[in-house]
Amino acid sequence: MTAVLEEGRKGAPLPRRRPARPVPALLRLGTPVPPRTRWVLRGVSLAVPLALWWLVSATGAVQPEFLPTPAATWSAGVEMAASGQLWDDLWASTGRILWGFGIAVAISVPLGLLMGAYQGAHAALEPLVGMLRYLPASAFIPLLVIWLGIGESSKIALLVIGVVFFNTLMTADAVKTVPAELRQVSATLGARQGEILRKVVVPYAVPGALDAIRVNFAVAWNLVVVAELIAAESGLGYRIARSGRFLQSDKIFAVLIVIGLIGLAIDVLLRVLRDRVGRWQP
Amino acid sequence: MRLVVDGVGRVYGANRALEDIRLEISGGEFVCVVGASGSGKSTLLALIAGLDRPSEGVITLDGAPVTGPGPERGLVFQTGALHPWRTVEKNVAFGLELLPLSRAERKARVSWYLREVGLEGLEKRLPKELSGGQRQRVAIARALACEPSVLLLDEPFGALDCQTKDDMQVFLRRVWKDTGTTVVMVTHDVEEAVFLGQRVTVLASHPGRVAAELPVALPDERDLPLKREPEFLKLRAAVDDLVRAHR
Repeated sequence: MTAVLEEGRKGAPLPRRRPARPVPALLRLGTPVPPRTRWVLRGVSLAVPLALWWLVSATGAVQPEFLPTPAATWSAGVEMAASGQLWDDLWASTGRILWGFGIAVAISVPLGLLMGAYQGAHAALEPLVGMLRYLPASAFIPLLVIWLGIGESSKIALLVIGVVFFNTLMTADAVKTVPAELRQVSATLGARQGEILRKVVVPYAVPGALDAIRVNFAVAWNLVVVAELIAAESGLGYRIARSGRFLQSDKIFAVLIVIGLIGLAIDVLLRVLRDRVGRWQP
Repeated sequence: MRLVVDGVGRVYGANRALEDIRLEISGGEFVCVVGASGSGKSTLLALIAGLDRPSEGVITLDGAPVTGPGPERGLVFQTGALHPWRTVEKNVAFGLELLPLSRAERKARVSWYLREVGLEGLEKRLPKELSGGQRQRVAIARALACEPSVLLLDEPFGALDCQTKDDMQVFLRRVWKDTGTTVVMVTHDVEEAVFLGQRVTVLASHPGRVAAELPVALPDERDLPLKREPEFLKLRAAVDDLVRAHR
């Protein structure tokens, strides 16, 4: 390049930047935060929105029909719980989820295993499943009502449609992570194809498949509420739609918080299960 | 036992990995295959293991052509490739679980091999709780438990630190003597090949072919100090030169 380089020298010494200033742990990339700080931050993440909510609603800055106070929300929730309405709705929604998500898992896990384990199955199914995944489940609602009516089956079908394609592809991805060397070494130990599938591929893929289930369970919770907004006589989504008609935003808020808490509880549960099942992972 | 690699070649598209490989290995031998990268030494081992098929020539074990993987040709990879969710004892039991053996018989065999490789007391550990050397011991025990006619080792100590590697070499010599298993080991480490093998096959690169075969005229009882003896160093230098010349 330059004449200096051609003479075989490197040129002038490289300029050095001044040393970086020390940065506190909180601002350092990927650095653990002390446990006390972590708990404080967790508390703040809940307390700040709650305080803001209280501030905006209790001062009367926003009318209660738009934003109920935390106290009104609490008493609406207590009232619904005491009358048994909340439990009926909760049970109705949970039943739909158990059916819809259960059917989706029963279809998608074997299908995903097939796609992840056999390249032929992948080639045959990937284009279809990959496309269907992009069709929004809620767009199927009118069709489902035409096909199945407004009973339980159309709501369950919506859940299945919304979950089954994603879960199939995510399961297939989990299955595909099985290292080739592990399959090969199992074959040299005498395992036949079916035995490798059963004794190597499946156990290796279980934690990843559980991850997919955890993510898609959240999708199922979202969809059951959507399904109940259409036509239902019970369920958390139905309760929200009905409360909306009577401008009972305190009830809507109470139901939303219940949905959020249940989601959080299930997420923690599934994560504990997944960490237990996957404790062999490095 | 007689393993014959007869005029084997392997072509991948426009690339030729191996050309006209000829090898004969008899029962109880310890043969090391060395070569620079690109000499196709791992490909050769995969062909013997039956994980890949030759484009030309044939590989036979006791006269029967190799058509796929099987427990009579045990294989150990550099990574160990242990079943990560299985404990040490269940890893060693993997091949035995596929055979019609009683539980007691299986347990007895597993504990014999665990003792042989010095892992008693670690039966319930998971692979992630083991050191690199311990993992390779499990991988070797897992292959040996199937009583292979030939044990194929693909750079088994390539990822270990020098001191552990030395220990594992002494260990492997002992296991070979104890079990009488035939061993074919692929490595790029010339010192390792000369220390372990009764015979060293040097592969040339691009395409992989046999450049030379040397007997290792060293005492049968080998321990680490041998690596400093003049006759060892001389042989090592000779093999080094061959590998470099055929890069």
